Amino acid sequence: MTTSSATLTSVRARRRRGRSTHGRVRHWGPGLILLSPSLILLAVFVYGLIAWTTKLSVSDQHTALKSNGFVGLKNYVDLFTNDINDRFMHSLKNLLIFTVAFMLGTFLLGVVWALLLERGTRGEGLFRAIYLFPMAVSFVASGVVWRWLMNSGTGDQAGGINRIFGDLHLGFLENSWWTNAHWGMAAMAMPAIWQLSGYVMALFLAGFRGIPAELREAAQVDGANVYQLYRYVLFPQLTPTALSVMIILGHMSMKMFDLIMSVSGAQWITEVPAVYVWQTLLTSDYAKAAAISIVLLLLVAIVIVPYLIYNSRVERRS
Amino acid sequence: MRFSKRAAVAAAGIAVALVASGCGNGGGSGSTTKASKNVEVFTWWADGGEKAGLDGLVSQFNTDCSQFKFVNGAIAGGAGANAKQVLASRLQQGQAPDTFQAHAGAELSDYINAGQIEDLSSEYKDWGLTTAFPKGLIDSLTINGKIYSVPANIHRANVIWTNKTVLANAGITTVPTTLPDFFTALDTLKAKGVQTPLALGKDWTEEMLFEAVLISDLGAEKFTGLWNGKTSWTGADVTQGINDYKKLLTYTNKDRDTFDWTDAEKLVMESKAGFQLMGDWEAADLDAKGFKDYGYSAFPGNGTAYQWLADSFVLPKGAKNPDGTKCWLKTVGGAAGQKAFNTKKGSIPARTDANPTDYPTYQQAAMADWKTDTPVPSCPHGSACSQGWQGAVNSAQGKFSSDGDVAGLQKALDAAAKQFAKK
Amino acid sequence: MTSTSTVTPPPTALPGRVAGQRSPNRPALNRRSPAGRAVTYALLLVFILVVLMPAYVLIVTSFKSGRDIGVNGQWSLPAHWTVASWNKAWIALGPSFARTFELAIPVALISSLLGSANGFVLSRWRFPGADVVFTLILFGMFIPYQAVMIPLRQVVQTIGLPSGIPTLIFAHCVYGIPICTLIFRNYYATIVPVEIIEAARVDGAGLLRTFASIILPISIPGFVVTIIWQFTSAWNDYLFAIFLSNTSNGPITIALNALAGAQSPDYAASMAGALIASLPTLIVYIVLGRWFIGGLMAGSVKS
Repeated sequence: MTTSSATLTSVRARRRRGRSTHGRVRHWGPGLILLSPSLILLAVFVYGLIAWTTKLSVSDQHTALKSNGFVGLKNYVDLFTNDINDRFMHSLKNLLIFTVAFMLGTFLLGVVWALLLERGTRGEGLFRAIYLFPMAVSFVASGVVWRWLMNSGTGDQAGGINRIFGDLHLGFLENSWWTNAHWGMAAMAMPAIWQLSGYVMALFLAGFRGIPAELREAAQVDGANVYQLYRYVLFPQLTPTALSVMIILGHMSMKMFDLIMSVSGAQWITEVPAVYVWQTLLTSDYAKAAAISIVLLLLVAIVIVPYLIYNSRVERRS
Repeated sequence: MRFSKRAAVAAAGIAVALVASGCGNGGGSGSTTKASKNVEVFTWWADGGEKAGLDGLVSQFNTDCSQFKFVNGAIAGGAGANAKQVLASRLQQGQAPDTFQAHAGAELSDYINAGQIEDLSSEYKDWGLTTAFPKGLIDSLTINGKIYSVPANIHRANVIWTNKTVLANAGITTVPTTLPDFFTALDTLKAKGVQTPLALGKDWTEEMLFEAVLISDLGAEKFTGLWNGKTSWTGADVTQGINDYKKLLTYTNKDRDTFDWTDAEKLVMESKAGFQLMGDWEAADLDAKGFKDYGYSAFPGNGTAYQWLADSFVLPKGAKNPDGTKCWLKTVGGAAGQKAFNTKKGSIPARTDANPTDYPTYQQAAMADWKTDTPVPSCPHGSACSQGWQGAVNSAQGKFSSDGDVAGLQKALDAAAKQFAKK
Repeated sequence: MTSTSTVTPPPTALPGRVAGQRSPNRPALNRRSPAGRAVTYALLLVFILVVLMPAYVLIVTSFKSGRDIGVNGQWSLPAHWTVASWNKAWIALGPSFARTFELAIPVALISSLLGSANGFVLSRWRFPGADVVFTLILFGMFIPYQAVMIPLRQVVQTIGLPSGIPTLIFAHCVYGIPICTLIFRNYYATIVPVEIIEAARVDGAGLLRTFASIILPISIPGFVVTIIWQFTSAWNDYLFAIFLSNTSNGPITIALNALAGAQSPDYAASMAGALIASLPTLIVYIVLGRWFIGGLMAGSVKS
């Protein structure tokens, strides 16, 4: 418990004393009014539109023409059981591979960079800035260069990274990148890892810096070695940071669209649900596009809602 | 603890006003709204011979319609792969361009059925177009007795392009005319160390090659039947076609899924490939790029099947400048416009009154063939199937390119036909 | 940060764990041995090379001419330096470049103001159900925007918002509310001493006056974070842009994608375009980055 949150608690306790209903309204009423425009906008444009999309997803509007027959969960059932070539399941599988590669890669690189920098390295600011800069670039722009880097030609036709492998006599490393039928999506994660590892580093650096010096000093007094210091003293302190990082990366990954559109365009090998929605809308199949969107929303919600509830609880406790 | 409610209300009001004014701020930026003289023409002709064709058309438009200003809304990408997505989004936003390119046939009916384009029947009469185009073409543009678009050209999709030097070096003197001969020629090239005997690109170009193989294996009539429900997709002849196509894939470049048609064309130009199947826009593109050493003929085994497609222009509902659009359409359909366009684009004019001697060698041959050959439609170029069908087929070809599952492809194509074919 | 479709909470987005600021500690413990330090620096430099590799490719290729970009010498410096590709890219991107400023600046300012007002209220006034409301607001940050995009397109048409930049400003402002609210709420809960507000109350200052005269002036660090955040997400967004605008009235990502997504892209021009499209956000990072990282760190420091 820190000083400021301790103060906060005591203030809240003080406020709670002797307040009439009328006083309470007078107390929070103006604030609520200040808040209300945002609340109304979000109620309409987040929850209202989600409801609208949900309604579309249980309709039979498969063309641009109006048709709002109710078909129940048929569109969802079709997605999972009756899609040509199991296209939707394929997009989910792609998403899974991408997500695992992206989260592992970003997390590991971010942690390693934070570890290298956390003890105060000379030139830390410069390193930090360079590691972080890809985050300022849009996926569309980074897609341009990564499309070039991940050239799938090999041998004499090698380009991009494969060319470097060839020149370094590491020809066996040359590969087909995102065009690989099985693990292409892991290659597709590389640009995303490049862009966001620095961000994870910043989060962990902040986490490290937040650990009270007394803890390290105490560990030193107890004669802990470096491994023990990190394993038993520092890492446990970073669990909440790690959880946040996983949540942030996870939900980003599930929504991935720009990068894939920019590197490969919309096509079978690299199709994920977010791209499939776009492809489906191209043919004005609103109901199917809505159903895919809602499945995507549910996937995100499964991860996010427990996290939000958990946070809300933690907050109330503090 | 005195809080002024009035202040809070004011704050809320300010917040709303901020949002509103912020949104208003950008109002001046909408460049599409201000000029009524502008005619935004939406195409996927951004490079090479396609761009040259469009430029020819534009110069004719500038002469005929000097009161209007051409605005190029081109979105690059072969067969309109990117452009059609952007167009769909714009139509759904209610932001239709003044006119857009649409393939004649089933693809055009998507827009008609969705009520997105206007009837042009009376303009056809006024401009004398009803008799200017061949009847077969008019039929494929007509829905319920109404005509909705003006065709600019006729393209042929099933043409095999060759690098003459590569073939000569391998001792191939005549271009094969049957599939078995084609395989022999490809084997010869491979044995002579040609890296990529047959150059290929991604999904829609794969579908083109596949359709050419189907035409060889099924014949023109049965092939056309695939798209109107008269031929079954589950037949043994289709299986044979898929197997032949799968064998062809073994002669192609492995990185095909990263290639657009121009990348494959480049392999031919750089003598890294001997053959490429592509529509006859390739003739104009090779000319525009200064490559002369090319040969062409119908795809081996296709005989006199002329796989046609036509680019046409429409008047979208809600176009901001319908008069300008009509002037554009009139130019597109006119004899001068068709000549300015097609001499550069590699296609033949849709009009029947064109003079062949005005055209380059390839088009002269194509114009003669068009008169005598059997027309067959193309799915990736919209004459055979709707956009939904195209999407399913492209996706299935993308999958086949990576896993080579013959039964899977046939099942997917059959399912796509069942889902999208007109009942 | 990389795009709106992936709005990411900065490290301050750890509700419930915010606490007082601490100066970064540099413990004497485990000072690295000289050998260890050498290894550390070697690793850091190797990673720098990896991270900068795409930047090198972008810059070098953008100064090459079309025929310089063969398979051979891809990685080498241009044989003939030329700005022809930059010219070509600028012609393709110029109009949308200006438009994107008209988009990103209002979005950054409006979102930040809304966020600071909301954050102030939520950090200080605990009305009944405040936690639930806050959680519902936060959820808006994580949704895949595809789930609202189809009806959103119809709604903005129905209410008559002009397509393009105005619509995009509206969308970014609305969907930016959660993240900005969160950042400011945590900032105010952490940084602003309660006593200041209490003192203002004793003076009888109204809520709005408290906010305007006391809170806003000390909110600069929060504003830096949200302005950078919203500016970059609006600038880098592609998803909203592709759904709600087009090449003739949309932001730079659309124009860049049209330039680079073409058949056989002109890589030199595409890469020059990618650099042009990235310059403003990079400059924002370089100029304001110090405060940004500081703000991120201060906000997320945990007890």
